[in-house]
Amino acid sequence: MKEYFKNIFVALWTILVGLRLTFKHLFVRAVTIQYPDVKLKLPERARNRLYVNIDDCIGCKQCEMACPVDCITIETVKALPNEDLGVTSTGNKKRLWVTKFDIDISKCCYCGLCVYPCPTECIYMTDVYEFSEYNRHSLIYHFSNFTPEEAELKKKQVEQFELEQKMKKAVKPVEQAVANNPANPEEKS
Amino acid sequence: MTELLNMLIASVIPLLFILVYAIVILWTEIKVASHVQDRLGYMYTGGFHGWAQPIADLLKLLSKEHITPANSDKILFILAPVIVFAASYAAYAALPFTSTFIAANLNVGVFYIIAITSFVVIGILMAGWSSNNKYSLLGAMRSVAQIVSYEIPTALSILTVVIVAGTLNLQEVCEAQKGGLFNWNIFKYPPFMFIAFLIYFVASLAEVNRTPFDIPEAESELVAGYHTEYTGMKFAMFYLAEYANMFLVSGIAAILFFGGWNSPFGEFMSGPAWGVFWFVSKGLLFVFLQIMLRWTLPRLRVDQLMYVSWKVLTPISFANIMIVGLWAILK
Repeated sequence: MKEYFKNIFVALWTILVGLRLTFKHLFVRAVTIQYPDVKLKLPERARNRLYVNIDDCIGCKQCEMACPVDCITIETVKALPNEDLGVTSTGNKKRLWVTKFDIDISKCCYCGLCVYPCPTECIYMTDVYEFSEYNRHSLIYHFSNFTPEEAELKKKQVEQFELEQKMKKAVKPVEQAVANNPANPEEKS
Repeated sequence: MTELLNMLIASVIPLLFILVYAIVILWTEIKVASHVQDRLGYMYTGGFHGWAQPIADLLKLLSKEHITPANSDKILFILAPVIVFAASYAAYAALPFTSTFIAANLNVGVFYIIAITSFVVIGILMAGWSSNNKYSLLGAMRSVAQIVSYEIPTALSILTVVIVAGTLNLQEVCEAQKGGLFNWNIFKYPPFMFIAFLIYFVASLAEVNRTPFDIPEAESELVAGYHTEYTGMKFAMFYLAEYANMFLVSGIAAILFFGGWNSPFGEFMSGPAWGVFWFVSKGLLFVFLQIMLRWTLPRLRVDQLMYVSWKVLTPISFANIMIVGLWAILK
């Protein structure tokens, strides 16, 4: 009997305790934020969307090799001797045209492994994290300055040049051989 | 002709009140829910703190498709939400909103309200049975078991007030409590009227299927209970009926124990217009308390529910009515 009344009083008392707690929380400042309007500050080293500063890229393909999911595709073309590509902001000399630098961000796992090997620090994680798309193909980012046509043209130019070089080389050894033949004892023996 | 017009006006006023109140209270419920959980809730629709969200919700429900499940009892299925809402709406007829307005000044007002709200049970059972769905039926059965058992402590605690007031007419119950705060029934026969109020409040909470007595629509067990299969406006009718019932039981609590339309300051701030203000604000206070309880307490188990009704509320309300009756005779 005592237990019975005690239970009733405990029930009523705990309801009041609970009500006091919830009532207090009515006036507590909301811990949530109005997301699209207000955004939380990201941690200093947060890893989000990749960005490539293509002007600094020397086409070494180290990021492509480091990527564990193969989301980076790089194609390079050698610069012709008469073309000066200048230097990067870190002072490295650029010797290759980067005709294709695609990152499929839908594959990216945000591990950041591509960032560390880059000798010119041109690939890095930014703090952009809202880049959803309606079309999956829009998630493949093209960072190269070359359009596919231009890249093709460049490739052809270089092929042409290499062919010319080869021709020259093919001609040269003959000439050299002719010129040096009598004075070359090693060839004789 | 004028009589017909009077009847029309008298019936339209409570309906308009229910609709406006439902929209306000839907917003309040969501806002209280989110602020209790330290969130913000609606913030966009309509500008200021999403005030237009319930209107948008209502429009959405209006434009939704009516789905009637296969093998359901079509007539009962369509009739059920109408009966549930009509029952709670009909009970508003006997609520004195102010000293000059009461849709039907019945001299058996209390009895009428107890009787008409029992109709809700039939509507709920119809909904559960006709849906041809196990969850609906389980929810409806639980609901009926709950409402029927909690009607006893409700009726007994209301009878305590009837003993004190000496009348079944709600308008006269209000009149009897005139003259300031300490003439209210809650302060008479201390502390027995307060106990009666506590019993009434707990039992009425169970009657309107609100947490902690919401096992009929326990989301985690029964999907949504008896209105699982309902869509669109029919679902909205159940919703509207639930909120209408919430104010109904709160309004009755205000009338029976807290002086109805009487001002707590005696003659100061009293009159027909102030009467509406006092009655509605007292009612809304209890509705707010119901909402707060919903976000405070967890749901009861079925056996606990029956324990509270049959072993706690009913015996205590019996003892209470005895004591108050004896006291009233001896006085």
